[in-house]
Amino acid sequence: MILEVHKAGFAYPGSSGTVFNGISLSVGAGEVLCILGPNGVGKTSLLKCLSGLLPLTEGKISCKGENILALSRTQVARTIAHVPQLHNPVFAYSVYDTVLMGRTPYLGFFSPPRQSDRVITEQAIDSLGIAHLAEKAYSELSGGERQLVLFARVLAQQPEIIVLDEPTSHLDYGNQLKILSLIRNLARSRTAIVMTSHNPDHAFMVADRVGIMFNGAIAAVGAPEEVITVEILQEIYGVAVTLLRNDGFGSMCVPVFNKYAGNAKLWRNNE
Amino acid sequence: MTASGPASKTARSVRPTGAFSIIMMLVLPLLCFFLALLFGRYGASPLETIKAFYNWLMPQHEPSTLENVIFTIRLPRVATAMLIGGGLSVSGACFQGIFRNPLVSPFILGVATGAGFGAAMAILLSGNGLVIQGAAFLFGMLAVALSYGMTRIYRTSSMLVMTLSGVIVGTFFSALISLVKYVADPYDKLPVIVFWLMGSLATISQKDFLTIIVPITLGITVIFSLRWKINVLSMGEEEARSLGLHSTWLTILLIMSATLITASAVAVSGVIGWVGLVIPHLARMIGGPDYRRLIPLSMSLGACYLLLIDTLARNLVGGEVPLGILTATVGAPFFAVILKKGSLGWS
Repeated sequence: MILEVHKAGFAYPGSSGTVFNGISLSVGAGEVLCILGPNGVGKTSLLKCLSGLLPLTEGKISCKGENILALSRTQVARTIAHVPQLHNPVFAYSVYDTVLMGRTPYLGFFSPPRQSDRVITEQAIDSLGIAHLAEKAYSELSGGERQLVLFARVLAQQPEIIVLDEPTSHLDYGNQLKILSLIRNLARSRTAIVMTSHNPDHAFMVADRVGIMFNGAIAAVGAPEEVITVEILQEIYGVAVTLLRNDGFGSMCVPVFNKYAGNAKLWRNNE
Repeated sequence: MTASGPASKTARSVRPTGAFSIIMMLVLPLLCFFLALLFGRYGASPLETIKAFYNWLMPQHEPSTLENVIFTIRLPRVATAMLIGGGLSVSGACFQGIFRNPLVSPFILGVATGAGFGAAMAILLSGNGLVIQGAAFLFGMLAVALSYGMTRIYRTSSMLVMTLSGVIVGTFFSALISLVKYVADPYDKLPVIVFWLMGSLATISQKDFLTIIVPITLGITVIFSLRWKINVLSMGEEEARSLGLHSTWLTILLIMSATLITASAVAVSGVIGWVGLVIPHLARMIGGPDYRRLIPLSMSLGACYLLLIDTLARNLVGGEVPLGILTATVGAPFFAVILKKGSLGWS
């Protein structure tokens, strides 16, 4: 296992309650772990701990067998890439320069990027098919284009683990699917991926394993088909859902919506 | 790899070329430097000036009046104006990156009011030029240390808290300046304090130039070497850390360097506003937001701008016009015009 979380607990300094407690998880190379959970359950904090951006208050996180807090920032950044939720940078850097920033962990303290870094950056930009955006300002792009740029930056960073905080939020339907298939492609190239999502369908589509985060702990972890059940969705999101098992194409959640409430009752009676 | 073609083609059309850089960084400052030496009470033609330079290099000869004027009076002043203009602009650009805010000036953490108080105290108590410079420098650094220290005590690295700390420290020192003004002798000490606060390069000597060239060059060198890191830092503290930077130490180092520049400049010239706020914007409009280009461009444009303003200050009317007044009265309309034209490089 390339990334292992052992009995992790976290509390923000100065606050009385803990955000989460006793969380144990692991991800192997080429594996996609998707964390599902309601708003405010601490998914983002957990991801920040995984990337070494926040220190755990309990337990430990090992990256390739070493405690992540014992590694230098540069060492962590060469192994783990963290993609934050979409945001607006103040200065209008070009897409090219934004992607080039992914090379920062490989640079000496005083040195700007070198020619070899430019080559890697151009490869990353090309492989995502965004060469036509290279000289545009990152801040003027649409959400989908920005997410692609951040993925190009991740490629330039050449990590072994990628931590993605809601990679599909703010994206339209088409871009969501594009990003999800990109995540699968990254996993195929032996990268370990930890992501959060608000959509259980996305977990069905890309995840090898799913962790359900609820009440500051991991309520269940395992293969998506085992973990994502009608009961657990009812419990964590407080809504009624039925599951459509679709062999060979993955499962899907179908909300029991009031427009179809009568039909659902009929359907259940038929079962 | 076929797709890299169009990317690099657009790169060439959008980005300034090498020749452009050479003109901006080398030709423009040298031209301004030479032109500024021509202007003054004691008139000199370009040819005479070149001749004076030539003679100056010759060993064993009696210097003429023109040579004296150029080399003991104008040259230190011109060189200091360029050094301070370039320094303040680099410092401003650096602070804008650290604070991720294009409205930040080099004085954001209270260095100007701190230095102002130090100078006012020194004028009140001694009046010796060296003491005034020393006190201004020390209190400028102290003010920034207080602002930053306050942010650390509150266990936050939030830029908002740091800005507020700067406001608090600035307000405190500006009240102290008022107190010193209030008790100062209105016929003797008070005008000196008031003129000091307006900023001027009128009394600059070769000694002043030599005093500040080391700290300002040091500060600029550190910021220049870290200019790529400022790009990454300006994306946000957490993002910078996830890209492998020790953002806290980097921020401290950059603030120290920028403050070294600003405090040294303020110590000899008083408070020269506007340059450090606006020149980085001008540079961003011309060369884009990338700090790899922004830092050298700010340095060059800032040097030329303050030199232009100082040359106006000593030639416009019979007496000297305080620099602080001119930087803004000339600069504000100028900036208003370019603001209409260009893209700012920030959103």
